[in-house]
Amino acid sequence: MSDVPVSHILFVSTALFFIGMYGLFTRRNMITMLMAIELILNSVNINFVAFNKYLYPEKLDGIFFTIFIVTIAAAEAAVAIAIIINLYRSHKSIDVEDATDMKY
Amino acid sequence: MTASQIIFYLISAFILSMGLLSVTSRKIFRSAIWLLFSLIGIAGLYFWMDVQFIAAVQIVVYVGGIVVLIIFSIFLTQQSGKEMPKAPLIRTIAGALAVLFGFAFTYLLIDQYGFLPTGQAFDSDVARIGNAMLNTDQDGYALPFEVVSILLLAAMVGCIVIALKTKPEEK
Repeated sequence: MSDVPVSHILFVSTALFFIGMYGLFTRRNMITMLMAIELILNSVNINFVAFNKYLYPEKLDGIFFTIFIVTIAAAEAAVAIAIIINLYRSHKSIDVEDATDMKY
Repeated sequence: MTASQIIFYLISAFILSMGLLSVTSRKIFRSAIWLLFSLIGIAGLYFWMDVQFIAAVQIVVYVGGIVVLIIFSIFLTQQSGKEMPKAPLIRTIAGALAVLFGFAFTYLLIDQYGFLPTGQAFDSDVARIGNAMLNTDQDGYALPFEVVSILLLAAMVGCIVIALKTKPEEK
């Protein structure tokens, strides 16, 4: 269990974070950008749990940050998808390049 | 190499390859399915780290909730069989370079810091988490718990208001 160094777990989360960043840079479809954001949030969660487990095992702060991040990510995804569906109704497209005006 | 090490590297390779497929696949529905597998892999990583509660939350909320929501929104807004247009080459190259440099720089910092695990056992019992969550003492989380519940209520009301269809004869 402890024979994997902490930096290898951090390697996984860093790589996942930058994979999400790559998706955010290259995609122009709002739903795929939302998926990239989910990947980024998950990499942050891995970091929090790993730090809590290996570096501060007497505390529970990382676990709680993870729980709250998951909660807020769920709320964020729901609101984002409501906005996307509303935008699709008015623009017939969910490409960010087409959504340049804030009128409805 | 022990069995737990082998399991860790297998799970990590699974997570990273599925994540990479998820951001590069040109069919949006497949992209969502790759994301689903990546999230399941992350839940497996939590099981490997012995934090069963977080793994269960990950499966219930992400795999059961968010991915299903994303798939429904794909069905509502896209022809899911159609391929998405390719990103311009300059944007792909610039994004890949920025990401590679950022990753190299960050991992260099992490590797040089050299985190040392304390080696103590970590007790992530659900009873301990529940006690801390509703505790109003020094290290309790009662206030964030209430704040996040208000946030969820506000998000729910906001979603309904935003996605509500306005009647055409209203105008």
